[in-house]
Amino acid sequence: MFRYPLLSLALGAVLALGTTGAQAQDEFIVVQSTTSTLNSGLFEHILPLFEEKTGIEVRVVAVGTGQAIRNAMNGDGDVLFVHARPAEEKFVAEGHGVARFDVMYNDFVIVGPPSDPAGVAGMTDVVAALSKIAEAEVPFASRGDDSGTHKAELRLWKEAGIDAQAASGGWYRETGSGMGATLNTGTSMGAYVLTDRATWIAFGNKGDYEIAVEGDPRMFNQYGIILVNPGKHPNVKAQAGQAFVDWVLSPEGQAAIAGYKVDGQQLFFPNAGG
Amino acid sequence: MFGFGDIMAAALGLILTWDRDLSEIVLLSLRVTLTAVAVACLIGLPLGAVVGAFRFRGRGTVTVLLNALMGLPPVVVGLFVYLMLSNAGPLGVLGLLYTPTAMIIAQTILVTPIVAALTKQVVEDLHGEYAEQFSSFGLSARARVSALLWDARYSLLTVALAGFGRAVAEVGAVLIVGGNINHVTRVMTTTIALETSKGNLELALALGLLLLGLAVIVNAAVMTLRASAVRAAYA
Repeated sequence: MFRYPLLSLALGAVLALGTTGAQAQDEFIVVQSTTSTLNSGLFEHILPLFEEKTGIEVRVVAVGTGQAIRNAMNGDGDVLFVHARPAEEKFVAEGHGVARFDVMYNDFVIVGPPSDPAGVAGMTDVVAALSKIAEAEVPFASRGDDSGTHKAELRLWKEAGIDAQAASGGWYRETGSGMGATLNTGTSMGAYVLTDRATWIAFGNKGDYEIAVEGDPRMFNQYGIILVNPGKHPNVKAQAGQAFVDWVLSPEGQAAIAGYKVDGQQLFFPNAGG
Repeated sequence: MFGFGDIMAAALGLILTWDRDLSEIVLLSLRVTLTAVAVACLIGLPLGAVVGAFRFRGRGTVTVLLNALMGLPPVVVGLFVYLMLSNAGPLGVLGLLYTPTAMIIAQTILVTPIVAALTKQVVEDLHGEYAEQFSSFGLSARARVSALLWDARYSLLTVALAGFGRAVAEVGAVLIVGGNINHVTRVMTTTIALETSKGNLELALALGLLLLGLAVIVNAAVMTLRASAVRAAYA
């Protein structure tokens, strides 16, 4: 009878191998990226162009920037495409990445209910707006997940000199989830939410929410691209990964990014080489 | 705010405009989950039967462990399998991360304790009835296990279905080890999570209805098989 578990394991292994074989594809790379690039539909727009040109399939794992960087540090990806510059530079400095390049930017906005309980609608000074929200103790939904957007939000609270986390569970609510999930939660509880503009424009469950605060240079949201260092992680497909990085930074890739529009609005603004 | 009609319409729309992408997602869901349940049964049925039919040292501990493992959170299983299969992990050389195989491994770990624990219970009850006959025939341990599993086969179908239900519904494990990569590792539950995060709630719910329909079809198919097998057995 003890042969049965062994037999089962062997069979399991065969089954597993069988499925891997069936899945074997042409050349592909894994890009660790963020939810904002996937949820906004950007990748669906630009990747087919690259795949058609080079025959290299791009597999995108879309998680928060924190998790994306962590996964890439484990060598589980060939290219990192995220938006948290200090963390990206640290990633390269620690030898996990070859070099970091600017790709594109968009900006963050604060969205809120039309009743505007904190009276911040139309403000262009994000720090002043956050101070008013904190003063009024109006609900504010934070990502709370160490993502690029979360890091940017924390930086802005710091600039405002407010310890928002002290009010966590009160008016400051950390959802610990992705941008879309946080918007779903925030709009349901009448909270203000800091979101990147691309996700907001493409978001399908806006309800009656509107953009309250926008246009502050401090809400600039820069995306960067990094080839994971093949010297540190030998499994990295350096050539194919470099081809993708090169294409994204090329005039053709940059034009593809600029050409992506939702409802006539451009979501990302290419600025490679800047 | 959301009409049930809207959701039904979206679900109907999904079925009417059925495209290759949707087939891909549905088929991958079935392939991953059915393979995981099959492997889990290969391991869990004999394991559960042995624990159910025999007295041995540590049996109580094994039972408690199996029952506790039934409650494994999928996200923990996902993390564990991720750490094993990551290029920085012990099995990284296999290159299985972000493949359907990784998802099958994760779901197998999730389902095996359920199959084993429920099998143990079924076999234990049956063994109570058979114990005297077994010893009067002087059957070997192996023959006992085979006889118990065979005679309990109809109840064990339900055990397998319980495992199927758990695996087909989970999202936490496959999201981490599969990565929800379009055309590669995207299954129904990860698509539902993705559409929810895009704010497409009607579409997400419609996909949920489709998943429910799929589970109904699989359950009905198994139960029909069972019914015809029972008829054949007593004909």
